[in-house]
Amino acid sequence: MEKGNRSRQVLSRIATNDKHGENSPYFHGWNAYERNRFHPTQNPQGVIQMGLAENQLCFDLVEKWIRENPNASICTREGADQFKEIAIFQDYHGIKEFRQVVAKFMEKVRGNRVTFDPDRIVMSGGATGANETFMFCLADPGDAFLVPSPYYPAFDRDLRWRTGVQIIPVDCHSSNGFRLTRAAVEVAYKTAQESNINVKGLILTNPSNPLGTTLDMETLKSLVAFVNEKNIHLVCDEIYSATVFNSPRFISVAEVIQELEHCNRDLIHIIYSLSKDLGFPGFRVGIIYSYNDIVVSCARKMSSFGLVSSQTQHFLTSLLSDEEFVDNFLSKSKKRMAKGHHDFTKGLKQVGISCLKGSNSGLFFWMDLGSLLKEQTFEAELELWRVIVDDVRLNVSPGSSFHGLEPGWFRLCFANMDDQTGEVALERIRTFVLDNGKKGDEGR
Amino acid sequence: MAAQFRDQDQLLSKMATGNGHGEDSPYFDGWKAYDKDPYHPTKRPNGVIQMGLAENQLCFDLIQEWLMKNPEASICTPDGVENFNGRALFQDYHGLPEFREAIAKFMGKVRGGRVKFNPDRIVMSGGATGASETMAFCLAEPGDAFLVPTPYYAGYDRDLRWRTGVQLVHVVCESCNNFKITKSALEAAYENAKEDNIRVKGLLITNPSNPLGNILDRETLKGIVSFINEKNIHLVCDEIYAATVSTNQPNFISVSEVIEEDIECNRDLIHIIYSLSKDMGFPGFRVGIVYSYNDAVVNCARKMSSFGLVSTQTQHLIASMLSDDEFVDRFLAKSKERIETRRKVFIQGLARAGISCLDGNAGLFVWMDLRILLKDRSFEAEMELWKVIINEVKLNVSPGSSFHCLEPGWFRVCFANMDHNTMEVALSRIKTFMHQIKDQNREVKELAKKTCRQNSLKLSLSRRRVDDFLMSQISMSPHSPIPQSPLVPART
Repeated sequence: MEKGNRSRQVLSRIATNDKHGENSPYFHGWNAYERNRFHPTQNPQGVIQMGLAENQLCFDLVEKWIRENPNASICTREGADQFKEIAIFQDYHGIKEFRQVVAKFMEKVRGNRVTFDPDRIVMSGGATGANETFMFCLADPGDAFLVPSPYYPAFDRDLRWRTGVQIIPVDCHSSNGFRLTRAAVEVAYKTAQESNINVKGLILTNPSNPLGTTLDMETLKSLVAFVNEKNIHLVCDEIYSATVFNSPRFISVAEVIQELEHCNRDLIHIIYSLSKDLGFPGFRVGIIYSYNDIVVSCARKMSSFGLVSSQTQHFLTSLLSDEEFVDNFLSKSKKRMAKGHHDFTKGLKQVGISCLKGSNSGLFFWMDLGSLLKEQTFEAELELWRVIVDDVRLNVSPGSSFHGLEPGWFRLCFANMDDQTGEVALERIRTFVLDNGKKGDEGR
Repeated sequence: MAAQFRDQDQLLSKMATGNGHGEDSPYFDGWKAYDKDPYHPTKRPNGVIQMGLAENQLCFDLIQEWLMKNPEASICTPDGVENFNGRALFQDYHGLPEFREAIAKFMGKVRGGRVKFNPDRIVMSGGATGASETMAFCLAEPGDAFLVPTPYYAGYDRDLRWRTGVQLVHVVCESCNNFKITKSALEAAYENAKEDNIRVKGLLITNPSNPLGNILDRETLKGIVSFINEKNIHLVCDEIYAATVSTNQPNFISVSEVIEEDIECNRDLIHIIYSLSKDMGFPGFRVGIVYSYNDAVVNCARKMSSFGLVSTQTQHLIASMLSDDEFVDRFLAKSKERIETRRKVFIQGLARAGISCLDGNAGLFVWMDLRILLKDRSFEAEMELWKVIINEVKLNVSPGSSFHCLEPGWFRVCFANMDHNTMEVALSRIKTFMHQIKDQNREVKELAKKTCRQNSLKLSLSRRRVDDFLMSQISMSPHSPIPQSPLVPART
């Protein structure tokens, strides 16, 4: 024991604090799932995983493509003559063709309304690495970034842990559909200033996690105007850009700045990844795109700490340069997401549970269970959550884990399961709601 | 809307506008010369031969042969595609269990089966680059220092310091005793740091050594282990070149073996950095490994690995390949043999040209002694000689000062990143060059016999002299500040 204490003293503060964010109560849900995983035939009473924002809807398309394109692999007879060249390629600029196809893919996802310069495409260790790298480039320890809440829980780790940067939440309320307003950003900014906190930027996730909504042009323009006025950065995490399955259509910050004459582009940056749009989180394909040359240069040097495996770069270069495949994939993916979203939200509405109005994107929906809370507190939310995990046997994510202000909201992921499992999950929720004496009102 | 364009210095972080990335260095001239005119046996036979890249390109035939026989090792072949879905989704930072098991087994085999590694202590990182940085984040605060014996891998300046704020304090190693890491050098460095009010958190050694191309003997290793235990500081051993040691004596001794024998050692202080970039020749795959005997460090490093996990596509391939015992045994044997043969032929070639190298049986390079060619015993003279080697002899080699060597005149020359014919061309160019020098009757200075300095004051002065020299080069070089970073590999 004494030795343990002695050794803890010789580690860094970063190693011994809990800013990695994992000492949280939400692991109860993960553990419940790990211990008792649902399977339609082998374990039909198990816990269904609805806490993972994964896109599992289109693997059939990818698998078909792989069978038809053996050159894409450096391990096939057709592709093996490239093995050596790829295996030794470690240039942090990345394979040129890889950058080109990623730029093109990003353009397609935005309906070709914008162009992306492949020379501004920089790799990172997933979006996780991209988030952190931006902080290292844009802020000093002690500086802060504004983040609209509710927000992706891992921002706490990615933006703050090793960088020393602070997060200042920007409050969004259910009363206006959690819409981000310039006014709310101004308030957060002003409060930070008054506390002598140096705000270096605003980071948005658009489409939003956990809300599943997109920002409209007016809001985006006003935010761009805001950052220009304050001379702070705007980092847009557009990781869910190809998950927009309904109108309104996705508007990227890249489009907005095209229309603005007086935008200082040195302030504009985009985070991207293939984890959600393509469903490849395991491949760790994080992308940093900045309109600021110095940031591109710095981020590129930092990418040495998290480059994309050249084997993966090579495969994706092949996959994404097949325009026919990409078009088909994007279109099918949206259709399947739309269906999943529709089936769930309709089924929930029938028992009086509403999801955030206007949600048109993401791999999840933001569900309002406020009417089931014993009282409008986060303790009550956590209690309800435990019941959902342990009794209803669904691992969902409680709103408090996203730093929301209002208890009773839950994020449920639907794109990581087949239709059959989805039906089971929906049935369980409906049964639970009805059993709990829901009187059938419209919800908030 | 009037935009006030503030200076980028205030707009960006200090990290982004500073030069902690280490790339504002004069050594880019070598890379640029190569990029402009790379050697090709038929297309550009007078081009620059790349001898500055420590890569292992000698065994790809074996790999390719294995791949043809094992199509399920790839998730992108018809045989392996059924795994695609599962792998593409798997992002657990523990990594695939098969991957960790295969790596642990491989590391054990590389050490002749003399030690076993626990797969649960295997943690991924973004190449060895990421592993080095992660170690610094876990073990030290900004402002703390790691001791590093000179000469050392230039990338450490970036990896250990840039984003962590950690410092490096040099442990001076000298040619008069073959750059041995002596107890007095360690103590001197530790005391130097103390005098400057710098808290030392650990010692980082690279064994086998880059750039020396040799291995630490058991006595030195044991001395190092007792030194760090005595000071209660960490020992980080970068064993990235472990499988490049020839089969001749002496055998490679890993720190993992030493601590097996040393029951007094506090294992919480012992950590290993590893990677497949050198031993397998796969730098592009970014397979970095952190192996720690300290549970808290394993835990922390694992959480940090989220910033640089190995692609599951690659984890799957490596798990397949390295769990094939028969293949691994054959690969390691053949690889060592080929590296050793190449090394021998190269050293003999240099000897025939009148050039000696530091005695060593490891690494993908030799540490070449060109002190007799220096105009005088200065780093300016070393740089001058280096420019001649690049521009006239047309070889991109790495000057000792780029490794923070405190004595001018040494050069690291890589030999495993080319085919045999190219190496012969390089050797003949060197031979020709040496002949020319003799013919021109250039003064060949006899170096006065140096006594190894014991005085720490002198050591710190000479260290500062090197750094001053480097700084003056930066301001003088027409290539700095470099507006666009040239093609630089992630690891030299």
